[in-house]
Order: sequence, then C-alpha cells, then structure tokens
Amino acid sequence: MTSILQYPLPLPPILAHPSSTAPLLITQGAEALLYKSTYLLPSLPCALKYRPRKPYRHPTLDTRLTKHRILSEARLLLKCRKEGVPVPSVYAVDEGQGWLMLEWIEGEVVRVRLNEWLRWRREKGTAEGEEEGELRGLMERIGEAVGMMHGVGVVHGDLTTSNLMLKSREHAEVNDHAEGGEENLLAGEVIIIDLGLASVSRFEEDRAVDLYVLERAFGSTHPRAEGLFEVVLEAYGKSFKGAPIVLKRLEDVRMRGRKRSMLG
Amino acid sequence: MSVLQTISLEHLPADYVVHIAVYREVKNSSSLQEQLLAGNTEFEYALIDASVIISKIQAMSAAYRAVNDLVENRLRSRNVHSEIVFSLSPNNNIAETFRRFGITPTTTNLLVIKVSTPSQPFSADAVQEHLTKSIDGTQAEFNDNVIAGMTDLARIRKIYKLNTVGSKPEKGVANAKAERRELEMLIISSMALRGATN
Repeated sequence: MTSILQYPLPLPPILAHPSSTAPLLITQGAEALLYKSTYLLPSLPCALKYRPRKPYRHPTLDTRLTKHRILSEARLLLKCRKEGVPVPSVYAVDEGQGWLMLEWIEGEVVRVRLNEWLRWRREKGTAEGEEEGELRGLMERIGEAVGMMHGVGVVHGDLTTSNLMLKSREHAEVNDHAEGGEENLLAGEVIIIDLGLASVSRFEEDRAVDLYVLERAFGSTHPRAEGLFEVVLEAYGKSFKGAPIVLKRLEDVRMRGRKRSMLG
Repeated sequence: MSVLQTISLEHLPADYVVHIAVYREVKNSSSLQEQLLAGNTEFEYALIDASVIISKIQAMSAAYRAVNDLVENRLRSRNVHSEIVFSLSPNNNIAETFRRFGITPTTTNLLVIKVSTPSQPFSADAVQEHLTKSIDGTQAEFNDNVIAGMTDLARIRKIYKLNTVGSKPEKGVANAKAERRELEMLIISSMALRGATN
C-alpha cells in the first residue's frame, strides 16, 4: 500500500517516537487521519486514528470534543467486540492526545471489492441476475453483521460500503486475487469499521436510518448491485428480535428521507 | 538457562526500554512483597502474579501504557513500576489492582518488569544479576507458551468480566486458540479503557 499523500503531514506526537517502519497515512477525513503503524512489536500492525487539533476552535472546547469522541468510539468498539459484533479491537487510547490505536484489519473495504467484482462480471459478459450467488452471500453477511450490531444496541451513524470491510483469511496470500482469483473477491468476514459517529440507541428510527443510509450508498455507489439490497434486509430481518419492526420503519424513512420533519 | 528479555517497544522514545523476566516455583514471594511495601528502592520492579497474564502482548501493553503515561507526565500511582501493575486493571481501584495483579505471599509464577529510563538507566546485565540474587525460583523464558502454562483463565474472565466471551460450543476444540486470542484482544481493550471518564 502506498501513502495517498506525497508530502508529509505533521505526525501526531505519539507516532513521532521511533518505530521499526515509518507510519503510513492511509486516509484523511474531515475529522481524523488514519495511519497504519505498529503496536508494541514490529510484527503487530495497527491502525492509528488521530484527531488533530482544530485551530479555529476554542482550545478548551476542542480538547473536550476530541476527548469525548475518541472515548465514545473506543467504548462502543469494546462494547461491540465483547458481544461478538465484528469490529476492530482497541489496542490503546490517549484521549488527551487525540488518538486511538486499533487492530489492523487486513483486507479491503466492501466498496472497492464490490466494484471490482461488478467490473469483472461485466467484462466476462455475465448478465445481471445470473451467477450472483457470491454477491447474495456477501449481502447476507452484511445484513447479519449490521443486525448483530443493532441487536446489541449500537447504531453506526454512517453506514456505507466504505465503512464495511472484507477481512482476508489469516495466512492468506496478500495478493491472492492478483490473477484468476476473482471468484474470491467477495469472500471474507464482514467487519464494521469507523464507529466515529456511532451511538447507543434502541430506537427503531435510528436503526432504520442506518439501513436507509446503507441502501442509498448501494444505490449511488453500486447501482448494479442495488437490486439485491433486499437480500441484506432479509438477512437483517432474521438477525435479532426487533428487526422486523425496523424494516417496517424503514418504509417510512424511505418515504421522507433521512431527516425527520421538524414540524409539529 | 533462560534470561530476561529486553524490549524497545514501538512508539516510545528510544531511551526507554523494558526488561521482562519470568519465574516459576518462586518460594520467597512474601519477602519480595515486603520489600515492595517497605518501599525499598532496590526492589523497584513491577512484580506481577503471572496467573492473571494471558500473553506477552498483555504484559507489554501494560508496560507501554505506563511508560507512555510517564513520558506524558501523568502517572496515577507512585512510580512507573507500580503504574505497570495498575495498567493491567480494568478499573481505577488501585488497592484492588495490587491484590489482583500484584505479587502476593502465595504467588508462585512471577512476571517481573523493569523500566530503564534516561534518568534511571538499568542495563539488562545489572537487572538480571539483581533478580538472580533476589528471587528464589526457576527462571523461564518470556514467551506465550510459558505464559499460557501459568494463566488462570477462569480468574482472568472474572476479573475482566468476560464470562460470556468465546463460550460458543459449536465451534469446537479447534478454536481454543482463537478463543484465547479473542480474550486477549478484549483484555487489552479493557485495559486501554481504564479510567476513561468523560
């Protein structure tokens, strides 16, 4: 993997301390930077999520917000993991310095794998609706993972195919789909990542909005897979006790969009 | 004969290193504990009961957090060595932490950690020599196999409140290792979130 930036950003102080391999900037969002680095030993990769200070904010407020968000994400990750929801585990936290160190998930985000798979299928000349067992399988696993998360009382807040990963099997060749292995593109355990906007909620409204956002993500990012979103919902519907009510609520959310009317 | 291991942890300043040693069949635990309680600076070690340690990573995580807190100047206990023991805890109760994780008169398997800092440097040889002289026990290697032989899983599950984890019988014996690894992950996260109030 190569860094997305050619020029160096100021590293968070923790990463400025020596390590066997230089930290690699993986992605940059509005709120946080994500580095690949190592935890404790050169052989243990980790992801470091760093929320830099925002100079335009009052320093006290900035510190408070950053602390709160780092801790909230770390707590939700631990809660999920304890209850068997597939999320990265937390290695270390320094809310004062604004970072969170997480288990490194070897694999790729669903958005990328799914697009590769769709392109591969088109090039092969397979019509939509044919030979889509693997895609259905992936959709089912997504529905189950999301259902599991909702079942333990956590809503994600930003559920897109970029925040779902497909984890490579351990000991698998890193380049296992370099050639000829396209059939395996959609294989792997679904891991839910980036709980930066997540919260604890058992309202069917919040859960339905999660599903709605995911459905829209499929519609806009992978329109040729959108037709199978019902498979996600079907698997979701069986995943926990309250799921059928959420699916009912989803119909209302679809009618009006993500935001609730503030009238009345 | 096994000797201690000296480790430079990733992302700590280069002049901070940790020396880690493991002993089994320790016979003088009560006198070692007395030295600690008396505040004898010669015995400034993190002396940990190895039955509550599941892996190398857990032990090193505690050391990492304590040294990082030392560097950031925010120790919550007396020194970096007591802080290592405190770092193992899932909660903020220091007295309870030492009862659970620290050496007790009945400890037989012992994990020892010594931090070398710029202001108080200790060479591996000096530490090894002092440990050999002071600990009446058999030194073992600091590795996951040795540690696994000392772990009291039931006790660890209780301390970290992880009773439900990995209790899925359908996955079978083949996954005892995976289960242990999952426990390790959850323990590290619980340690990392100790003291998180906000």
